[in-house]
Amino acid sequence: MKKLKKMGVAIALSTLMAPALADQMTVVSFGGAYGAAQQKHMLDPFMKETGHKILFENYSGGIAEIKAQVESGNILWDVVDVEVIDLERACSEGLLEVFPQDTLPAGDNGTAAKDDFGAEALANECGVGNIIWTILFSYNNETIQGGKPSRVADFFDTKTFPGKRALRKRPQVNMEWALIADGVPVDQVYDKLATEEGQKRAFAKLDTIKKDLVWFDSWSQAPQLLNDGGAVMVQSANGRIFDAIQKDNKPFEMVWDAHVYDLDVWAIVKGSKKKALAEEFIRFATSSKPEAGMQDVAYGPTRQSSYAYVDKNVIPKLPSAHLDKGLKASGEFWADYGESLGEKFNEWLLQ
Amino acid sequence: MSQIELTADQMVNTAGAGQVAPAQSSDQTILTAAEAAQARKNERRRKTVACLFVTPLLLFVLIAFIAPIGTMLYRSVYHPTVSQLIPDTLQSLSGWDDSTGIRPEDAVLNIFSLELQRLAKERKAGKLAEEINRARPGSSSLIKSTARKLKKIDRNELATGGADQLLALKPQWQEVELWRVIKRSGAPFTDKFYLTALDLSRDKAGDIVPRDTRIYLQLYWKSLKIALLITVLTAIIGFPLSYYLANAPAKTANTLMVFVLLPFWTSLLVRTTSWIALLQTNGVVNSFLQWTHIITEPIEMLYTQFSTVIAMTHILLPFMILPLYSVMKGIDPSYFRAALSLGAKPIPAFIRIYMPMTLPGISAGALLVFIISIGYYITPALVGGTDGQMISNIIAFHMQSSNNWELAAALGSLLLGLIMLLYWVYDRTVGVSNIKLG
Amino acid sequence: MNFPKYFTIWQKLGMHSLRLTAWLVLVFLMLPILVIIPLSFNAEPYFTFTQGMLALDPDAYSLKWYEEIINDDKWILAIKNSFYIGLCATVLATVLGTLAAIGLSNPVMPLQRMIMAMLLSPMIVPLIITAAGMYFFYTQLGLAGTYLGVIIAHAALGTPFVIITVNAALSGFDYSLMRASLGLGATPIQTFFKVIMPLIRPGVISGALFAFVTSFDEVVVILFMAGPEQRTIPRQMFSGLREQINPTILAVAVLLVVISALMLMTIEYLRARGERIRSGEI
Repeated sequence: MKKLKKMGVAIALSTLMAPALADQMTVVSFGGAYGAAQQKHMLDPFMKETGHKILFENYSGGIAEIKAQVESGNILWDVVDVEVIDLERACSEGLLEVFPQDTLPAGDNGTAAKDDFGAEALANECGVGNIIWTILFSYNNETIQGGKPSRVADFFDTKTFPGKRALRKRPQVNMEWALIADGVPVDQVYDKLATEEGQKRAFAKLDTIKKDLVWFDSWSQAPQLLNDGGAVMVQSANGRIFDAIQKDNKPFEMVWDAHVYDLDVWAIVKGSKKKALAEEFIRFATSSKPEAGMQDVAYGPTRQSSYAYVDKNVIPKLPSAHLDKGLKASGEFWADYGESLGEKFNEWLLQ
Repeated sequence: MSQIELTADQMVNTAGAGQVAPAQSSDQTILTAAEAAQARKNERRRKTVACLFVTPLLLFVLIAFIAPIGTMLYRSVYHPTVSQLIPDTLQSLSGWDDSTGIRPEDAVLNIFSLELQRLAKERKAGKLAEEINRARPGSSSLIKSTARKLKKIDRNELATGGADQLLALKPQWQEVELWRVIKRSGAPFTDKFYLTALDLSRDKAGDIVPRDTRIYLQLYWKSLKIALLITVLTAIIGFPLSYYLANAPAKTANTLMVFVLLPFWTSLLVRTTSWIALLQTNGVVNSFLQWTHIITEPIEMLYTQFSTVIAMTHILLPFMILPLYSVMKGIDPSYFRAALSLGAKPIPAFIRIYMPMTLPGISAGALLVFIISIGYYITPALVGGTDGQMISNIIAFHMQSSNNWELAAALGSLLLGLIMLLYWVYDRTVGVSNIKLG
Repeated sequence: MNFPKYFTIWQKLGMHSLRLTAWLVLVFLMLPILVIIPLSFNAEPYFTFTQGMLALDPDAYSLKWYEEIINDDKWILAIKNSFYIGLCATVLATVLGTLAAIGLSNPVMPLQRMIMAMLLSPMIVPLIITAAGMYFFYTQLGLAGTYLGVIIAHAALGTPFVIITVNAALSGFDYSLMRASLGLGATPIQTFFKVIMPLIRPGVISGALFAFVTSFDEVVVILFMAGPEQRTIPRQMFSGLREQINPTILAVAVLLVVISALMLMTIEYLRARGERIRSGEI
């Protein structure tokens, strides 16, 4: 027994010792097909080129975890893929490092970085635009009944298109869509939502389909729900649906009406111990070629020079080809009303 | 999570609590003073030794467990963020009477403009914006955009004309309500998180009134109902099995006990995973029901209150069976047989003779299941969907997503208070030292 | 079941239906655990039985989800972490818990009931509250996101189980033995190892197993406090279930069931042994 114990301890100490880590940093993004594309086109080439190790983690967005780390001084993450909707808040609260945008490399065609990137990609001093992506809804050709939905209003029309619909469990985008489906013009959505009656109107519209709604927490659940019959229409990040169609030949269809688009940026958590390495990674990841790799999941590059590498067939499927039908997500509005609407949304869910 | 078997037979006091020190009984003879002193010294020495054994763990638990919970309680009433961000403004606001309906004087606004400029330069304006926005939605963009613009204005100009600058940038700085909110947010000690946790708030005059948005009381109520339902279900399901096991031959009982203990020892994540596999739209249960033509369309079972209740009943069932079983084993079957042979009808005899004797087991199991289920987090989070969420899930939401840690702390404290009350009842009726494992 | 002769037909029927109910409950308890075993060998990436599986077609079964665990660095790291954190927390909890239980079971111990209630409280307080509190406190100490922090947290959660099992093992302990040993000139340390330890060893070991399982199964504290480097198996399962449901999780679950079965067998063996020791057979 004693020998056995000693052996056990010895084994525990020798083989199960947590690996001592050399120069390594943690990069955090959204996982799923998007994470896989980033792994393939940004992280792996970077690791190969520089020899550094990257721990690649997933999160589901929001600034809570970054805030917790910065406020406690316990910095676990170095580079984070942040949605612009959260970026302004994170930056103004001092949760992110300022990124020296003048150190960004020129595009592969020689265009200087500040001319190559779209204005929105460099609009905030804390990050560098990484992708343009969008939230739209998609349906399954095999399960949809009553025709082919083409507008957001159809998502709310359970008479013509019976069946469950899935939305992400948060007020963002759902509130916008509810108003648009109720007839509010796209350019007035945020003004209306800032008023009490606008919010009531949105909830009233959501009420009409409440019993047919399925809620999910993470984008990767959206294609799964569409696939396993959990819902006939789902709200989704466009890339997840694109990936399911492209890679698994799923009979999914994307509806671009009133899609809500936004940018993602790479940013560095304030107080990161690997700041220099993190900056190096961001410079690499936002250079022309790695950016273009995001076409795997139909997310558009944020710099012009990348489009030279994008497959001609994919270009019409990028959000940038549909901006005229879309609505730009308002970071300012959600900084103002995210929390109060979040509470009202939770209350509404409970009713 | 915790694997507890409970032998709740209070009649037989099993744990160490009831032992009598042998020293007391034997000494009948009269002691000399020196002997008595020696005896007292020995007694003290033994006390010290016992305490020395306990002290390391006591310190460890105090630091590693009690202190963290203490700081959380403290956080629910102490929130100094705003008072640290704009101390001078708050100082000058202290002389302002917020019931007059007139905004503070220009001097106050001058001081505020200087502090806001400093915050903008230190990249802390967003923090102030978030705090104020929490009490008055829509203030965030006002504060942040003002701060951005103030950055470019000369300090000396603000010191004298800051008020005009503020009003020129955004007319909202005229509003009394905004200043009232700033003044109130500045108090470092506050009951507002407890008020929010109870769906209450303060009106303009400072009186406590019901809040427009009502979430938390509903959730507490729902958690209580779910916990109660699970407790009742475990009792109903657990009773016949415990009775059967207690009255089966020892060998059968021991073998069958493995089927109770294996789930008990299996990771709750494994058991939750199993329920996902069983209950999902294309899951085992739906496929089986469709295959047997009982249903034609799959039923939505996963991500509902039903899935939370059934998965938690499964997970907590052993906590009911084990104490019930050990109590039933201690019941002499001859009472029941005697009643029968004396001509009592079996069912009334069972209810009037047997059931009361199992009460210690039922109450021990029920309290334990109730205490554990009321604060459950993992299973509702994974299978609960929207209507299966419990109070723990909203605490996690405020910890992880909405960043409202103080509210999370207040909600947690209320839950903790409830659990402690139940724990106290448990200790009084069953006795914590009667808990036994495996 | 043998019925007494005076049982009526109705009573016999009652006993039969009791037996049936009891078996149904046992099925309810075991089925969810058993059902994942075949599912983990599914060749398709679904959580359900395929036609091929029901027809017992060998091609419908595969070991690929088990291979996926072995080939995934994240799962390997999680497995290492789970054992490393679990073992360290177990050692800490067992040493502290055993000492405390010995002190507490001594009848001269003052404030015994109160201290006992306090030391057992980590078992009762909802984990979400523990995790939230620890998160605030441990980050201030710089312990969040470190192995040490997680180990301390898990040890604190495990100690109640050690106290309970050791306390039970000590329930028949005669303190005059200890005094006799000391009186005969043995040092306190000798007394501890030669007199007390042999008697409570089964209790200590089963307490250690409980402490290990507590840590091995714990996910809420990990969710709040651990960094990316301290991911454990339950943490990995939790995010897997939330994000990308995939039979790899079922394969891991089956491995965990095997581990629990082994631990259950150890515990049962120890308990039988402990009973024999106390009843004086050994």
